[in-house]
Amino acid sequence: MSYKCVVLVKQVPDTKRITGQAMNADGTVNRAALPAIFNPEDLNALELALQIKDRFGGHVTVMTMGLPAASEVLRQALYRGADEAILITDRRCAASDTLATSYILSCAVRKRDYDIVLCGRQAIDGDTAQVGPQAAEKLGIAQITYVQELLDLEGDRITARRNIGNGWQEVRAKLPILLTVIDEANEPRVASARRLMKYKKARTPAELADKADAKALEEKGLLIQQWDLDFLEADLKWCGRDGSPTKVHRIQSVVLTAKETKNVEPTQPALNAMVHELIVDHTIG
Amino acid sequence: MANFYRDNDDIRFLLKHMDLAEIAALQEEGFRFTQDADYAPADAEEAIRNYKMVLDTVGQLSGDFIDPRSEQIDQEGNTLDPDGSVRYARGIAESLDALAKADVMGATLPHRFGGLNFPNLIYTAATEMVSRADAPLMNIFGLQGIAETINAFASEQIKQKYLPLFSAGKVTGAMVLTEPDAGSDLQACKVRAFQDDQGNWYLHGVKRFITNGCGQVLLVMARSEPDRSGGLGLSLFVCDRGPTVHVRRLEDKLGIHGSPTCELFFDNTPCELIGERQRGLVTYVMALMNGARIGIAAQSMGIAEATYRVARDYAASREQFGVPIEKLPAVRDMLIEMKIAIEAGRALLYETCRAVDTEIGVLKKMERGVEDKAEEKELKNLSRKYKRLTAMLTPMSKYYCSEMCNTVAYDAIQVLGGSGYMKDYPCERYARDARITTIYEGTSQLQVVAAVRGVCGGAAEKYLAELAEKEYDGGLRNLLDILAEGTAQLFKAVAFVKEAGVDYMDLYGRDLVDSAVELIIGYLFCDQASTNVDMQTALADGADNGQKTISMKERKVLIARRYVARTAPQIHARAERICSGDKSTFREYEALVGPVPQEA
Repeated sequence: MSYKCVVLVKQVPDTKRITGQAMNADGTVNRAALPAIFNPEDLNALELALQIKDRFGGHVTVMTMGLPAASEVLRQALYRGADEAILITDRRCAASDTLATSYILSCAVRKRDYDIVLCGRQAIDGDTAQVGPQAAEKLGIAQITYVQELLDLEGDRITARRNIGNGWQEVRAKLPILLTVIDEANEPRVASARRLMKYKKARTPAELADKADAKALEEKGLLIQQWDLDFLEADLKWCGRDGSPTKVHRIQSVVLTAKETKNVEPTQPALNAMVHELIVDHTIG
Repeated sequence: MANFYRDNDDIRFLLKHMDLAEIAALQEEGFRFTQDADYAPADAEEAIRNYKMVLDTVGQLSGDFIDPRSEQIDQEGNTLDPDGSVRYARGIAESLDALAKADVMGATLPHRFGGLNFPNLIYTAATEMVSRADAPLMNIFGLQGIAETINAFASEQIKQKYLPLFSAGKVTGAMVLTEPDAGSDLQACKVRAFQDDQGNWYLHGVKRFITNGCGQVLLVMARSEPDRSGGLGLSLFVCDRGPTVHVRRLEDKLGIHGSPTCELFFDNTPCELIGERQRGLVTYVMALMNGARIGIAAQSMGIAEATYRVARDYAASREQFGVPIEKLPAVRDMLIEMKIAIEAGRALLYETCRAVDTEIGVLKKMERGVEDKAEEKELKNLSRKYKRLTAMLTPMSKYYCSEMCNTVAYDAIQVLGGSGYMKDYPCERYARDARITTIYEGTSQLQVVAAVRGVCGGAAEKYLAELAEKEYDGGLRNLLDILAEGTAQLFKAVAFVKEAGVDYMDLYGRDLVDSAVELIIGYLFCDQASTNVDMQTALADGADNGQKTISMKERKVLIARRYVARTAPQIHARAERICSGDKSTFREYEALVGPVPQEA
């Protein structure tokens, strides 16, 4: 049996390259100062979808919500083997928090026939890990989070191993399902040369100055689809600022420094006491 | 995150500096393939963009995926299972799978077979990066010449059967030439090819030292004319690795452990003839070998680059006598010589590839036919010129790069000192991997024999004259004078050798080729120093004025100056040695080496 996969991806600032210049005075990230990249764990999610397609056959659709510039991650998904890419872009999406984002994405996923929805565990800019699970809730489907290995897929039954920090669980569930995938799950493939040469010219309508260009691209299969909230038939009160209850209370720049030091004698009782102390204050255990 | 394309300024500089548009136009035959494949480029600008995007991908794959597996590949090696099948080291299998998924296993094959139709220059840049990540993997990635040979000489039916499989990375190949008694002397090949009543061909006999002999598609050279000894009795065949092909052993080697070296026994194996009978060695294998030699030169570049980087890093962080050892004159001198030798090798290799791509492009243009008589004549002249040039430059590149990578690998261990001799650092592995490069696909001595014909036969003279006439920046005038003086000395020596006979030429072949190579590289560095490319590259920490970067152009001026100044006395000394007429090697061998050692 073949499977229809939808992969939800995000374009993020490359937070690994944060330096002094890339921080605003209020402690937020200056996105303009950092290169925009494919969120790393979303690449793991895409890789898992492509592996499912390689093994069982099927179809991989990639969706992202963002500004027109986010089409770059869609092209990268096409280079790697995605069959279809969709940009969800609309001014009314601006300022969406995780709740609004997962609502909008769930509306988009509903527009496609699907068996498995895949997301990265979390995006490196917000690190909330909320959008995947919330989208599953809104779609009313089961979810397996923190997937580190797909163990079995047969008919409409899936078995996956999820990482639970200091161990793992094997979870079996029925399709349709949403998986959030962690970086240990696989090593994402690089772009395929032939697809790179072909899809480097793929564009969304938002990236084109001239409507006539869109027609020409469409004929060559190089027009990336673009959906707005009207097309998604989304309820606007759940979108953008109106749909986002999250309020940022305060942003703090945390610098870790040693405040006090303690010498521990290299004896068994002293070490036991140190371990006990660390357990009590939840540093370990 | 490592990317072996993005972190290599010299590769990126050369690809900006060289005229890729001309190469792309020849390779894409006037950009006529857009109907064959939806990914074929429509113009030179697009082709160049494709080259760079794909190199970026290969660079990423090499840095992130392949390189971290190389130590394990070296430790694990390949396994010959009792059933006669060969298991690659896990890292090799995984890397081949990743390269296949990246669609780069048919880099130079035509679009219509699913290939990328890339010029040799770009494929060579990719091969260097893959080799830097894992040298033995190159022996499989870099065997794309097998598919190219099929494409160049086999029937359409054989092409249709195999080439799409190569492009998709579903099969790998082997060039099955060497035998126990036919190493450098391939004319002595004994494996038999014979026909049954229906005219079907079969192979029988033993081949040895076959790189990737466990591959699925084997190109086998065999004696099809039993009554004819020498090269004209040999033809080239292709066969599948079916039940009649037995891997009898895997060699236990000094280095390149990830590359399986097989002894093969063909037990009446069905096969198909490539092209025409009797042209196996003289035409097809010679073409195959030329491609393979460029591949080994690229592999050498990759190993040299890899080990240099370890030494460079170590010299900056290791402190002795209260300073990082790079502050010590002897160490910094070694590092500079290593770095310049690497850039010298790359300059020569890329220039060779440019010549090879031009030669092939011109041939293809002639095959398509031209209406205009004058143009036809011009193409014929160009073709003749480039054929002579590549016949000289290809063995020069293979010789220079492979010897260079051994020197660099040796010195890298020296920079690391005792640590370099230990397995804690990869330099000992790079040195083991490097050692084969001066041996296989023709030893350095054989490369010299091939190249010296060009040096003494007019090709070098014409080419050096052409290089001398190019336009260079005015500030390089004194270097060009030194090069002109060196050229005069070389050809004085050539004239002497011609008088003294062929034996004498072979005796001093290495000196002649070394000088010619140094002069060519000297001009190529001057050409790079005259570049229009505006590109900055980082300086090492510690520049006097706190400067952080330098333009590639300024840097190449410094390199050209040092290189030309340091090679000039060597060129002079060699010319003196050659013109001394010393024939002691012939006359005094018996006295100088003494008898074969015997037990007392």
